[in-house]
Amino acid sequence: MTYVAKPTLHHPSLPKNRLGYTRRDYEGRVSTLCAGCGHDSISAAIVQACWSLDVEPHRVAKLSGIGCSSKTTDYFLGHSHGFNSVHGRMPSVLTGANLANRMLLYLGVSGDGDSASIGLGQFAHAMRRGVDMTYIVENNGVYGLTKGQFSATADCGSKSRRGVANEDAGIDLAVLALQLGATYVARGFSGDKAQLVPLIEGAIRHRGAALVDVVSPCVAFNNHLGSTRSYDYVREHNQAVNRIEFIPQRDEITADYPPGSYTEIVQHDGSVLRLRKLGLDFDPRDRVAAMNRVLEHQARGELLTGLLYVDPEAGDLHDRLGTTAVPLNTLDESALCPGSAALERINASLR
Amino acid sequence: MTTKRIEAVNDFVVQFANVNGSGSASANELFARSFLRMGVPVSPRNIFPSNIQGLPTWYEVRVTERGHLGRRGGVDLMVAMNPQTWDADLAAIESGGYLLYDSTRPLPPSKFRDDVNAIGVPLTEMCNAAYDDPRERQLLKNIMYVGALAALLGLDPAVVAELIGEQYRGKEKLLTPNLDAFRKGWRYAEENLENAIGLRARRAAQVGERIFVDGNSALALGFVYGGATVCAWYPITPSSSVADAFTKYCAKLRIDPETGERRYAIVQAEDELAAVGMVIGAGWNGARAFTATSGPGISLMTEFIGLAYFAEIPVTIVDVQRGGPSTGMPTRTQQSDLLACAYASHGDTKHVLLFPEDPHECFDFAAQALDLADRLQTPVFVMTDLDIGMNQRLCAPLAWDDARRYDRGKVMRADELEAAADFGRYLDVDGDGIPYRTLPGAHPTKGAYFTRGTTKNAWARYSEKGADYVENVQRLLRKLETAKALVPAAVERRADASAASPCPIGAIFYGSTSPAMAEAVESLQAIGCPIDTLRVRAFPFGDEVARFIETHDTLFVVEQNRDAQLRMMLVNELGVDPARLRPVLHYDGTPITARFIAGAIAKQLAAGNVRPLGRPAAPAIASAPARAKPKEGSAAPSAARGRVA
Repeated sequence: MTYVAKPTLHHPSLPKNRLGYTRRDYEGRVSTLCAGCGHDSISAAIVQACWSLDVEPHRVAKLSGIGCSSKTTDYFLGHSHGFNSVHGRMPSVLTGANLANRMLLYLGVSGDGDSASIGLGQFAHAMRRGVDMTYIVENNGVYGLTKGQFSATADCGSKSRRGVANEDAGIDLAVLALQLGATYVARGFSGDKAQLVPLIEGAIRHRGAALVDVVSPCVAFNNHLGSTRSYDYVREHNQAVNRIEFIPQRDEITADYPPGSYTEIVQHDGSVLRLRKLGLDFDPRDRVAAMNRVLEHQARGELLTGLLYVDPEAGDLHDRLGTTAVPLNTLDESALCPGSAALERINASLR
Repeated sequence: MTTKRIEAVNDFVVQFANVNGSGSASANELFARSFLRMGVPVSPRNIFPSNIQGLPTWYEVRVTERGHLGRRGGVDLMVAMNPQTWDADLAAIESGGYLLYDSTRPLPPSKFRDDVNAIGVPLTEMCNAAYDDPRERQLLKNIMYVGALAALLGLDPAVVAELIGEQYRGKEKLLTPNLDAFRKGWRYAEENLENAIGLRARRAAQVGERIFVDGNSALALGFVYGGATVCAWYPITPSSSVADAFTKYCAKLRIDPETGERRYAIVQAEDELAAVGMVIGAGWNGARAFTATSGPGISLMTEFIGLAYFAEIPVTIVDVQRGGPSTGMPTRTQQSDLLACAYASHGDTKHVLLFPEDPHECFDFAAQALDLADRLQTPVFVMTDLDIGMNQRLCAPLAWDDARRYDRGKVMRADELEAAADFGRYLDVDGDGIPYRTLPGAHPTKGAYFTRGTTKNAWARYSEKGADYVENVQRLLRKLETAKALVPAAVERRADASAASPCPIGAIFYGSTSPAMAEAVESLQAIGCPIDTLRVRAFPFGDEVARFIETHDTLFVVEQNRDAQLRMMLVNELGVDPARLRPVLHYDGTPITARFIAGAIAKQLAAGNVRPLGRPAAPAIASAPARAKPKEGSAAPSAARGRVA
């Protein structure tokens, strides 16, 4: 992980957000990933999204599992508490953290090895429970830290660096999340930051389980000819369903596009997702259609990206549990302990 | 030929052999409670295989005016309601004992024993005559045999009727037929079975203020009182009723009166991996959280437990132990997870364990575990077992001091961070091995740190330096030293409380062995063999444990597992010469009995020609003080088959 110190001196002309923070205030330690790794672009997109949404860095809890992607939580939001947990089990730790304090923003960062193999069960159940979180999968189809084994999201037929084809069917986490009841499902590409940043912004402002599956080529082990996760392959086969623009509640809505060429979806907190249509007839509020469309394109060897599905009215786990609006971790004896008189009544009922 | 008869007042064992799902449980519990209302202590136990419906199940009630709440072994009166287990049930009865059976259909003489008194009640016939509904006929048969038993044993019918009234309060439709069936059974026995039984119930004043509750419910209440707000769990016998009871009590005691909102969150996780993960996440984020499981769940949680130990996160885990390893004996009891919990995880780890003896201590230790976990920032295990967890036990009333405040440990708030010069998450500022922590969201610029399972320095930064690693794990050992003074101390009982020096013989035990041990001490005393006892209540062991071992010549360690796990820990942690600790081990899945303990200790002392000072020589202690030998080989709860090494 990090051995190199990062300079703390900022250029005075760096733009500031409404909290007075520059982007540098949202950065973390120096990345130890390989030069050109897609994951670093995702970290940069997270920094950009949090900065432009005026997120208070200390109100974010960033959690991850184990793997290259999970290491990245150290490389952004240095003023946030981070938790690098165990392999594939970030979703449960995040769920528990969220139960304890519903007022923070929960960012789960994972990879395909972490989420689609050992973590598939926890991934599934966090999605179906509607945990309020932004779950980012940095998906490169390969195990980087252990030097290039296929992961469970590798496409069938995709070739390893040694030329061996993957014989197993690939797991599509976005399709899975749709089936499991996730209420915000997007797919991005680490090589297209302009598309990725608003997808993450929308996810952060979404209430409920939000998945952003980001195809993120591994320059060391999965960027060669024959791989379906290389920069070249993804660029050639990337089919975006829409182009989204995220408009926070506070901003005045102005449109640069002709009427009819875009759809606006208002989320729970009043923020707006403006979707510019890109030729395809696609409504991201239709879960079943989204699944079909992703699978159709997958059959053609194409990768569908953009906002695939959103339920702007979604609730979260706390709504289902009926928990108090005050975070559970702030309650003290007066709110939690029924006292000795109540205990005496219980004793009496047990005689 | 007249069959001999066991004659006893307020001191006998009744066993009910039933069919799972036949509605016998509430009738049997009614029978047990009737004694309590008459001031006579009882100790009931569910003995059930891992099935849901149609298969055998037993309920055993030990009636014990002297308050011996351990399992005795042997059956004086068998209520044989399950034809499938008839032969084994018949065989389990002590010679001179009694068999109550449904005499609607005649049975051949081969189905009886010459030395057992058979008492027939035509239950099916009476039910069929009185009720039309087939389900009613089945259910009311149970209440009817309780009626017959009440008459035979001399239970006060008004007491039983009062209990039936309480049970069906507000459900008149059920109350009337139940009362009717009870009276029919009672009347039949009064009219036809005069003086058929030599066992008698007599009013006494031995129950007092004590309450009758199962350990799992008491644990759940302890977590409500102790301030647990997050419970994540996965169903597993025998621990599931902890979460069930927590749910029930929270719904009554933890709802915001104004908003109706819940001051708790309970999640049934997808597995034990996720259950403990959620508890870790919640603990990291400052909520008091617990999970309840049994052995197989502990195995699954083990990697996460190592993380919580190393990253120093408060976690409370209940292990209601059952027979292991693997699926083992899911509905039988053991104390066989000590090593798995004390040293859970790869790498060097040691964890805090608490051993409650009964539901009263389950309540206390649940609340205390939450304090200890917060104070020590580490996993804390509450080690109960099926015998405590799933059986109702007579115990001291639960108590709570309203002045008590939760110990939330060393958590730095925003103002403290503001005032502090430096924050290092793993710095040992106070020298007790316990560092300070912060909660996410506490302060805009100070106190944020990165939690990880990898090695780190005192400022929570990744480090692979050997010195940083050693300093960190040595601090964790200091923390365990600190824990010694915080956990419940072991309880020593001297055979002669007024004696200046201890007995030469001592026995160490823990958890659910408690009532059987107390009774064994009495019976050993009665045959001239006084022994001191030490009830271990926690790990790490306090200094009093080492002192007890030093001050006794002959030492027994009484446990309910095969491998003498506590003994191993005593040898390992206190450096005791293994030859000094003699294991007394009972592990067939049934609760340990006083007969077994006293027999094993007496036998070893006789074999070793060990003689307490100033007492008569060996012959007096050569045999166990058993009233009758338990029968071997029955399918029902079999006699103790342990090993004495």
